[in-house]
Amino acid sequence: MQAHEHSLKDYLKGLVLAIILTAIPFWVVWSSAFRARILFAIIAICALIQVMVHLRFFLNISLKNTGKDYLTALFFAGVLIFIMVGGTVWILFDLNFRMM
Amino acid sequence: MNQDMLRQVMSEHREDCLDNREFGFWLYLMTDAIIFALLFATYVSMFRNTANGPEPIHLFDLKHVFFETACLLISSVTFGFAWLAAMNKKRPSVILWLIITIVFGVAFVFLEVVEFLEMIQEGAGPQASGYLSSFFTLVATHGIHVSIGMIGILTMTLQVFMKGLTPQVCSRLFRLGLFWHFLDIVWIGIFSVVYLPVFI
Repeated sequence: MQAHEHSLKDYLKGLVLAIILTAIPFWVVWSSAFRARILFAIIAICALIQVMVHLRFFLNISLKNTGKDYLTALFFAGVLIFIMVGGTVWILFDLNFRMM
Repeated sequence: MNQDMLRQVMSEHREDCLDNREFGFWLYLMTDAIIFALLFATYVSMFRNTANGPEPIHLFDLKHVFFETACLLISSVTFGFAWLAAMNKKRPSVILWLIITIVFGVAFVFLEVVEFLEMIQEGAGPQASGYLSSFFTLVATHGIHVSIGMIGILTMTLQVFMKGLTPQVCSRLFRLGLFWHFLDIVWIGIFSVVYLPVFI
């Protein structure tokens, strides 16, 4: 069972956090203030946090109030994505390296 | 007495039905997330395969992407406001917020179509290289989802207008909201994986 109750405060918190977490990567890339490696790290960290923020404040998912079946499906999808995307990238880049 | 019990059982049954539909829709969203994740994986694997065709750095415009991001984020939040109004049973403001959501959604699709047309005119269409094929597949799949979502929002606006905020309509609106917020999450991946790294 997914909770339907939602508050204005949640949406506004989500909006403010989403704006900050979008502005940071765009700004650092725009000004290219750091070295490439650090830029990649900033983009990745901001994206991960923003996904969490959207899940929590827009989709209203929380470990406490969301039903177990919803969370199980979400985590299972997460595991599948991790295995398939991680595996694809790992294998293909390894192959690419060997073919050079 | 009997009538009352029957009515109560029926209404519980209807609630269960709606709960099941919401959970089914959630499962659909998870499978959709896996499709997008694999399109991302394809894109990342194809990143260097430009086949002497156009390089990504010359194709994208950071400002343009930023406006697209803003449109989608705002439309996500305005949909949230429509949902809050639906919870408070304020029918006119539900319709108003849904229409505002459609406006921002249309702006997003418009910006994306303009970008695609410009790229194709410059000879950077999906057939130019493996990289561009994967780019168009990923970003256009998201764009088609947004377009279908907008048809959904239009339909729900009409349903709220004609049927009012019945439990069935509210449940549909809730599912559509899940879909719409989900598409915004996919877009975070698109600007972080597709657009921003190109400018580094």
